[in-house]
Formats: sequence, structure tokens, C-alpha cells
Amino acid sequence: MYTDKVMDHFMNPRNVGEIDDADGVGQVGNPVCGDVMAMYIKVKDDIITDAKFKTFGCGAAIATSSITTEMVVGKRVDEALKISNREVAEALDGLPSEKMHCSNLAADALKEAIDDYRSRDADEESE
Amino acid sequence: MRRVYLDHSATTPVHPRVAAVINRYMLADFGNASSIHEFGKTAQQALRWSRERVAELVGASEADEIVFTSGGTESDNLAIKGAAAARKDRGRHIITSAVEHHAVLHTCEALEEDGFQVTKVGVDEYGRVDPEEVSEAIRDDTVLISIMLANNEVGTIQPVTEIAQAAREREILVHTDAVQAVPQMPVDVEDLGVDLLSLSGHKMYGPKGVGALYIRRGTRLLSQEHGGHHEKGRRAGTENIPGIAGLGEAAATTMEELPQREKHLERLQRRLIEGLLQVEGVHLNGHRRERLPNNVSISAAAIEGESILLGLNAEGIAASSGSACTSGALEPSHVLLAMGMSHEMAHGSLRMTLGRDNSQEDIDHVLEILPPIIDRLREMSPFEIQ
Ligand SMILES: Cc1ncc(COP(=O)(O)O)c(C=O)c1O
Ligand code: FES
Repeated sequence: MYTDKVMDHFMNPRNVGEIDDADGVGQVGNPVCGDVMAMYIKVKDDIITDAKFKTFGCGAAIATSSITTEMVVGKRVDEALKISNREVAEALDGLPSEKMHCSNLAADALKEAIDDYRSRDADEESE
Repeated sequence: MRRVYLDHSATTPVHPRVAAVINRYMLADFGNASSIHEFGKTAQQALRWSRERVAELVGASEADEIVFTSGGTESDNLAIKGAAAARKDRGRHIITSAVEHHAVLHTCEALEEDGFQVTKVGVDEYGRVDPEEVSEAIRDDTVLISIMLANNEVGTIQPVTEIAQAAREREILVHTDAVQAVPQMPVDVEDLGVDLLSLSGHKMYGPKGVGALYIRRGTRLLSQEHGGHHEKGRRAGTENIPGIAGLGEAAATTMEELPQREKHLERLQRRLIEGLLQVEGVHLNGHRRERLPNNVSISAAAIEGESILLGLNAEGIAASSGSACTSGALEPSHVLLAMGMSHEMAHGSLRMTLGRDNSQEDIDHVLEILPPIIDRLREMSPFEIQ
């Protein structure tokens, strides 16, 4: 049912964990089946330098979380925001259609983490 | 890699003796049981022989109380729709439970569209129906009660005898879906006091696509298939002789093996449950004692079932889950929810169903492989075990 790439990211997920001094944290729940993902990012000079995740969900949810963290590191924040769930699925050589909704989880968590980073950044500037 | 199949409630391997019989009725004795020549007679004999074996297995007094169908689903449909149609002038109320297989639940829902009313009684946290609650649900217009003998997800055995007693006093037909029970526990229609009982070939080391319905003598059902006069007008269509002969052989082997099979399964089940309950945050689903000997259903806190199945599959172990992520509908199992389980715990459910071919080594292998998978998934989870 899953591609080799999905299985690789499921069996050997990259960047599992939390970042204690993260610059942005996003946690989202999947309204479809109740799964949850948390994403942590480190940002320096507007570039994402590190990303980690924790996911409670199916194989597709874990694999998309994993590959998303890989895809964002080294990207500028505004570039990272443009990553769509479709691109995430493509990077995994595709997902079964009934599993496409799981890839929203990673994209949404990333977006929340970036929003969190930006609101903290704005707070600092206004101080 | 060692391969361990622990999904016998989904389907079973065909017993070698059964496979030999099927082969014979496909290649050499391929006749149509309606033909009057020798080929036809051989097929008729197979049909007769199989009917007797299935009748014997469920304690029916006459072979003609057995009708062959295309499987458990059709048996459930024929029992419920056939009884409802035959009795609709007496009343249009049916009682069933919240934990039935979809073959029963969706059939009852279809009847609701046709003007029947359906009461679904709930279950306790162990998945048991309370016979009192069924009695209280009986109305003057109740014509049928359908309660499964053993649940396919958590293995809980229902108090069908008690339920049937209350029903018979009031001349209400009782159907039980015994698809999961028949292969692993003694089943007797007289002890149960039921009028209709469904069973399926592929859950009892027989072939897929064949099953049977026990219909107590004198019980009128409206046939759901119109055509020839097969099965005494109760189910039209040229009989699936290889499948039916295979089902007969599966019934005969079950009769012979059952005492040993039950002991074997109970031993493995105990070992597996005890081992799994050593793992932190693992909870047994279903009833401790009123349980099929081959069912082990657990929930593991803070993780999701499909990911456990993928981890197990990568190690050659086959199991199943009631998690929303494994269902096409993306809803957690209706059985686990009816038992009052939270969505989160239903998410972490894992069902392992044992069979005659499993060994103690298989169980020890699973107990070695599964805990590290649970640990690994928990490390990835944003939740803590409570
Ligand atoms: C309790 C129960 N009833 C009915 C069925 C349906 O049987 P079949 O697959 O033969 O149609 C199953 C099998 O999934 C079952 O477990
Ligand atoms: S997270 Fe539930 S199906 Fe993927």
C-alpha cells in the first residue's frame, strides 16, 4: 500500500524529538481521525536551521512529518511556508488517496510553527 | 524471516484435508447437483454429506435445517431480511446490539429504510450485552432478535441462551451470528435456543465465499434469491459444490479437533495476554473469561494502531487494528466505541487472533518483537502514558 520511500521514513524517521529552545512550535490535530503532530523549529537569520517533530498517527502521518522536517531545513521561512501537502506527498513518491489528508498534518504543523516564530519575532522587535 | 499469522478472525488458511476435498469436486466430481446422471448424483451426495456434517457441528436435529449460502454476510442477510419479510404483518420491530458485525448492522439499517424499527442495545465496558436490557426492549411488535454469539473484534461471548429464553416465551425469532464462535468453541442450537444461526467457511479453515444458515424446522423465511428450486426454495442458485464439500470437511475436522484446538488456543492466549500486560500502558480489551480462546485484543496508550501493524508487518507478523486510520471510513471501531473506549485508546488498538497453526514459539517471537515497536512509536508520540 505504501511506497518504499514512505516505509523508509516510517521505519527510520528523521528528526524525531523536541527542541528545548525552539524559536517556533506548532501543534495541530487532524480533524479526520484525531491524530496529533507537534513541530519544533530553530531559525537563524530567517533561515530554518533545525526542525524536529513528534507525531501520534498512522504510517503516512509519521512519514510525512519526517520528510517535512528534512525538506524545510536550510530553507528561508517564507519559502518553507510555500511547501504544500501535495509536494510533501510527491517527495514520498506518492500516498494512497485515502491517506492524503494525513499529509495536511505536517504542512499545518509547519505553518503553525512559523506563525509562532513570527509572532515571537514581532514581540521582540516591538520591545 | 519468521512469518507469524495472527489474523485468524479475518480469515484462516484452508485445512489440507479441506483443500483435497475441494480439489476433487472441482476436477473429477464436478457435476451439477440438479442433474440426474451419475455426475449429478455424486454432487448430490456431497451436498447431503456436507449438510449432515454442518448440522452435526451445530447440534441441529435435521440436516435439512441447514441452508448453504455464499458466506457469513449472506447468511446474516437471509436470516434477518428473510425473517423480517416473512413476519412483517405481525410486527416491524427488530432488536440487535451495538457491537454486531456490519453484515448484521447494515442489514438492519437497510430494513429501517423499509419501515422497520430497530433497537440497538448497548454493551458494558467488556463488550457484553445485558439480557435484561434485551428483555426490556421487547415490544408487542418485536419479530426478531439478532445478537452475535462471539464478537469478531474483542472476542466477547454474549449470553445468547438467556436472551433466547425471554424471546421464545414471546414467540420472537432469535438469530445469532456465530461466524467467529463456531471454529473455536462448542456451539449447539438446542443449548442456545436459537432459531437461526450463521456460520462462514473461511473463518473455520474452509474456503472463502461459502457459508451456511441454520434454520430451525418450521421457521418461515422469505428467500432473498429468486431462481431455481435449490435448497428447498430457500436459496436459489446452482450449489457451489466444491465450496460446500469443503465446508462439510471443515465442519468434520472442527468436530474432531475442537477439544484439542480449544486447549491449544487457550494455552497460547494466556501466554500472549500475560506477556503483553507486562508492557507499560497496555490494556486488555474485552472480557477476561467470557472470551473466545483465540482472541487477544489490546490497546496501547499514546500510539496509533496502523503504525503498530506496519511495524509488525515489517517483522513478518500479521495482525489487525480497530484504529480509525485502518478503516476505510476513518472512524474508530464501532465495537470499541460502544464499549465506552475513548477515541484515543481505540486508536491504539491491536487485535491478534490465534489459530490451530500457531505455536508457542510464535507467541514468544511476538512478545520479543512487539514491545520495542511500542517503545519506538511512543518515543515519536507527543503524548505521555497516563
Ligand atoms: C462476526 C462476523 N459475521 C459475519 C462475517 C462475514 O462473513 P463472510 O466474510 O463470510 O461474508 C464476519 C467476517 O468478517 C464476521 O466476523
Ligand atoms: S493520521 Fe489517521 S489515517 Fe493518517
